[in-house]
Amino acid sequence: MGRACPLNGLIVDSARQPARKSTVAESPASAARRRFINGVAAAAGGGCLLALGAGLYSRSASALPAQALRPPGALAEDDFLAACVRCGLCVRDCPYHILKLADLGEPVPTGTPYFTARQIPCEMCDDIPCVKACPTGALDRELTDINQARMGLAALVDHESCLNFLGLRCDVCYRVCPVIDKAITLETQHNPRSDRHAMLLPTVHSDACTGCGKCEKSCVLPEAAIKVFPRKLAQGALPAHYRKGWEEKARHGGSLIGEQVELPVRGFEGSTAGRSATETVVAPVAPAPSAAPSAAPVPSPKEASGGLRRGLDSHWKP
Amino acid sequence: MASLPVSSSDSDVPRSLWQRQRWLVLRRLSQALVLLAFLAGPWFGLWIAKGNLSSSLTLGVLPLTDPLLALQTLLTGHLPYAAALTGAAIVLGFYLLVGGRVFCGWVCPVNVVTDAAAWTRRRLGIKTGRVPDAATRYWLLGGILVAAAVTGRLAWEWVNPVSLLHRGLIFGMGGGLFVIAGIFVYDVLVASRGWCGHLCPMGAFYGLLGRTALLRVSAAKRSACDDCMDCFTVCPEPQVIRPALKAVGQAGPLILSSDCTTCGRCIDVCDKQVFKMTHRFDQRSE
Ligand code: SF4
Ligand code: SF4
Ligand code: SF4
Ligand code: SF4
Ligand code: SF4
Repeated sequence: MGRACPLNGLIVDSARQPARKSTVAESPASAARRRFINGVAAAAGGGCLLALGAGLYSRSASALPAQALRPPGALAEDDFLAACVRCGLCVRDCPYHILKLADLGEPVPTGTPYFTARQIPCEMCDDIPCVKACPTGALDRELTDINQARMGLAALVDHESCLNFLGLRCDVCYRVCPVIDKAITLETQHNPRSDRHAMLLPTVHSDACTGCGKCEKSCVLPEAAIKVFPRKLAQGALPAHYRKGWEEKARHGGSLIGEQVELPVRGFEGSTAGRSATETVVAPVAPAPSAAPSAAPVPSPKEASGGLRRGLDSHWKP
Repeated sequence: MASLPVSSSDSDVPRSLWQRQRWLVLRRLSQALVLLAFLAGPWFGLWIAKGNLSSSLTLGVLPLTDPLLALQTLLTGHLPYAAALTGAAIVLGFYLLVGGRVFCGWVCPVNVVTDAAAWTRRRLGIKTGRVPDAATRYWLLGGILVAAAVTGRLAWEWVNPVSLLHRGLIFGMGGGLFVIAGIFVYDVLVASRGWCGHLCPMGAFYGLLGRTALLRVSAAKRSACDDCMDCFTVCPEPQVIRPALKAVGQAGPLILSSDCTTCGRCIDVCDKQVFKMTHRFDQRSE
């Protein structure tokens, strides 16, 4: 006697066998039904488990590692992983062969396209062929001006090794930038170590950096001091309700809370303008690698251009 | 089982090697040509098809997309561009016409691996193992669709052996090899035809497209069958043969089950030339 499986119309032709062997008084039909139900339960359980496993694995393995960058126009990572079918058409149409599809076991989600800036950066093609090739919209065709691409964000991570921070004029990362003077600028600062030179600090601006990776690729050091990360990793965010007083002031043509009383600074009379930064410069502490150039150890450009023109007494003796 | 008296008719002419391997050779040729279409570009600079089975562009004009993947994408909540949707519609139409699992027999690269595993298992005479329920693949198919909807991403593509292998062959492969080796070992040691016949959700999906297949195998000369069981031994879905060959639950000689991959292997191995490749409306039987 055959039993049609409701799901696929198969004929499960095992009805008679268990009855022949069975020593218990049980009708062949009920034995077959039991086997069938057991089988289906196992199948359902196994199937769901496997799918669940795949789902969980996909969740756990979906944070993009620090050195993997998506092609231009890529949707936000979560949306990208919903949209990209891992076809590699973008890989094929990139004339510089910078893109690669991740293999199983790599930290990048299996089969998705990425590039590694230090190996080979994006050349920022004017016609953006990778975006045009994508059939799914994982690379968004809204991106028509490559300068608007946001593949990642460069950050000068190592202030201790960057040659410009050491007072030399390397400038390579600045000079290779396709968006030079907008994405990356050289900020002039007083060099408190020599007390008579300038430091030209490469400074990345998030509103213009495309994350192409050229700067990281060209950093002359054995290990790049400037690195490009996925934006989520490289960028902080202010709380939504924060307002910058000086910006509001400029926008409204005056302080929103009226003119404030200027209080005298006490206790620093006669010293070097009372900047605590001057003291930390000579202190032999390593600067926090993540610290932005405007934070310690060096005074911010505004301070440098303001009261510090006269030169800091950094206690440094030749 | 084959205890019936074997009616060895003397008129049997020994068939040539070509007659005995014809469909297998054609099938391997088809699988190789599909792969070559993708590889001619990177190898010889001759761009026929770009991409891979997940989505591709042939000769710069014909988009093709795996409809199961397009379905999963829709379930994640992303609406793909027209290129991907058109591609999926073309592929869907094609397999609805010729038979869904033609994909498995004639295109899918994993089929070569599982055929090799089945061959190895037969050669070594391995009979052990436990075959999962045939419905497992449908549960798995349901599972991956649910996973796409719940996680909001193409979860199955992290591990899908079919795309792993095909993408790997074209774009380079490392870790994916372990999954493929796993399938081979599983099919040899644990379950006969375990992957393609019982687990693969892609096979299940394409199977669902097989209800209207025009291309079908028919046991047209079933009266000549001498119960040698050769076709049952080689068939990747042996349960599909009986209704047609032995007229169980159906009168006609057509193999109508959508699980049949239209691989034609039964035609190759049958010395009585019971089977032939034909169309859906050919009910003739001798
Ligand atoms: S913009 Fe050009 S170089 Fe960059 S990924 Fe796209 S195709 Fe490649
Ligand atoms: S072309 Fe689009 S869908 Fe295909 S791999 Fe690239 S990003 Fe993914
Ligand atoms: S990644 Fe570097 S080179 Fe590219 S735009 Fe940003 S700062 Fe310039
Ligand atoms: S069942 Fe799956 S793995 Fe096997 S041939 Fe079909 S699609 Fe490929
Ligand atoms: S019935 Fe014949 S054609 Fe169909 S899957 Fe089996 S061997 Fe292949």
